[in-house]
Amino acid sequence: MTEEEKRIQFQQRIDAGEKIEPLDWMPDDYKQTLFRQISQHAHSEIIGMQPEGNWLLRAPSLRAKKILMAKIQDEAGHGLYLYSAAETFGIDRSEMIAMLHSGKAKYSSIFNYPALTWADMGAIGWLVDGAAIVNQTMLAKCSYGPYARAMVRICKEEGFHQRQGYEIIAKMASGTPAQKEMAQDALNRWWEPSLMMFGPHDADSPHTQNSMKWKIKVESNDTLRQRFIDRTVEQAHHIGLTIPDKNLKYNKETMHWEISPINWDEFWNVVKGNGPCNHQRLNHHKKYHQEGQWVRDCARAFEEKQMKESNAVKSN
Amino acid sequence: MSKDNQLSQWEVFMQTKNGGPFEHQGSLHAADKKMALQNARDLYSRRKEGRSIWVVPTECIVASTKEMEEEFFDPANDKIYRTPNFYKMPQGTKNL
Amino acid sequence: MNTKDALINYCLRLADNSMIAGQRLAEWNSCGPYLEEDIALSNMALDFFGQAETMYEYASQLINNQKTADDLAFRRSEREYFNCLLAEQPNGDFAYTMMKQFLFSTYLKYMYETLSSSNDETLKGFAERSLKEVKYHFRHSSEWIIRFGNGTEESLKRAQFALDELWRFTDDLFCMNATDEELISTGITVSSDSIAAKWNLTVKEILQAAHLTIPEKFNVITGGYSGIHSEHLGHLLCEMQYLQRAYPDAKW
Repeated sequence: MTEEEKRIQFQQRIDAGEKIEPLDWMPDDYKQTLFRQISQHAHSEIIGMQPEGNWLLRAPSLRAKKILMAKIQDEAGHGLYLYSAAETFGIDRSEMIAMLHSGKAKYSSIFNYPALTWADMGAIGWLVDGAAIVNQTMLAKCSYGPYARAMVRICKEEGFHQRQGYEIIAKMASGTPAQKEMAQDALNRWWEPSLMMFGPHDADSPHTQNSMKWKIKVESNDTLRQRFIDRTVEQAHHIGLTIPDKNLKYNKETMHWEISPINWDEFWNVVKGNGPCNHQRLNHHKKYHQEGQWVRDCARAFEEKQMKESNAVKSN
Repeated sequence: MSKDNQLSQWEVFMQTKNGGPFEHQGSLHAADKKMALQNARDLYSRRKEGRSIWVVPTECIVASTKEMEEEFFDPANDKIYRTPNFYKMPQGTKNL
Repeated sequence: MNTKDALINYCLRLADNSMIAGQRLAEWNSCGPYLEEDIALSNMALDFFGQAETMYEYASQLINNQKTADDLAFRRSEREYFNCLLAEQPNGDFAYTMMKQFLFSTYLKYMYETLSSSNDETLKGFAERSLKEVKYHFRHSSEWIIRFGNGTEESLKRAQFALDELWRFTDDLFCMNATDEELISTGITVSSDSIAAKWNLTVKEILQAAHLTIPEKFNVITGGYSGIHSEHLGHLLCEMQYLQRAYPDAKW
């Protein structure tokens, strides 16, 4: 079969709603797009542990501490599921980490903003996880089997993430004046960055067309973003918080909330590495990765010795 | 400094109820068998999902490919005499 | 000391031990040597926070709810904490943390085993549940100690350093004071001598398998159960109690 015939057959499988498995034939660009997306998704989960980790040791109650710890731990787990999905392309996790460290692989820019008060734990759960859930629910239907399976598991486990965030912010919004102020301030700081999580407008998104043809994405950035806006605006109003956008208005005809234009210069600036925490996040990851090297070496050396001993026993 | 190693890859199978099948959950990295088993517990049974776990080195998994699908599985399609509904029983037959 | 006061103190000791150990393990979040181990450390921290909560709640009940479990966890000062010194020691490197975890979980394993026959029903139930958790902590940490000792030269060196530094805090685990005297006489707990004997046997066995040398007993430091701590605890509490202290009227 020629390359072209294989491509046609591949597209037929996608159109028929079949899932692609690691050993199946697939076009190189499909493979590359997916590997880039899955590995960056994995890195995002892992780097995303840091802003919340900033408050773990200062969580204000036993209940809050347990919940936050479990949530961050889930993120580590989700990063791991995703690394595993990316590894099905034959690239080891160590190579992916090297790409993260060299800047060749990115992670979601949202995690380059600082978590300044406890209310940020609420805002991150409510807004950042809220945006992620909209995106991930779609990705669970993606054409690549290992990615879709990882997403199904992740969506199931993340069920509580957004709710716990909303619970924190709702409690603070009805708390003392200082708590209310922190809650509104957190919303003010996280609102626009969370809108940017869906990526550029469809017209400016170079990968969207291919991704939709291959059913890596089944809905466009703008569609997903609008879904998130409609949900979140009403949730904010429900607990007496104000969306920080003077031009916010409800369009009765379309039945959607409309917002001001998004500041994409800010988005690209952070993507390029100039956000408030880009250096801090990456340096943290590098530091502990290096510090763990001797542990991984020790574990490997121990296993090699064990194998040698058991082989010696066998050959005797 | 030595080259990074992320340990070896393992596949995890878990039984969720007593007597049930062991189903594939996903994979993980570990240096040895004990570590793989414990990592599997910590990773795939954080919500009481498991009762029993198998871990298998990923390199030991042998998988069929899409190209093999037709010759492997299609020949079973026309062997419907392997299913109970293929057979017509005389009316009124019981316990069969 | 009357039995009730002794029981309150004892519950706080159990709660503080778990709370402080959990807080230290939580410091490893996103700092683990590889992802799977990061997740394992979080799991153990969560076990500890759960244990602490149960015991703070029991203590709260014993003082007729004059203070909540959260008040007890977040609004006492250094001298009112009764955790052992080992639990509050800084994490150091991964070998240091695992050595701490190994020495501590071996202790907890035998202590909870003993407490599982307490004539106080709440303590008994708590000990039975917690025993399952710390048995896993023991398995996890003792296997790492053996890997360190049989891994590389560097891992052996780091583990030996950790043992040399931490050994001085191990007598503290078995110290007894007026609280223990009262509770032993009423059958709520037993003397820690029997726990110490089992602990010694197991610890020596594992350390030997790891080619590690137990240091000479010198510079032994005790006092945790009586509220005399190392300087490290104050800093840990500063961080842990920040929100409760800064916003005393707020509910979270």
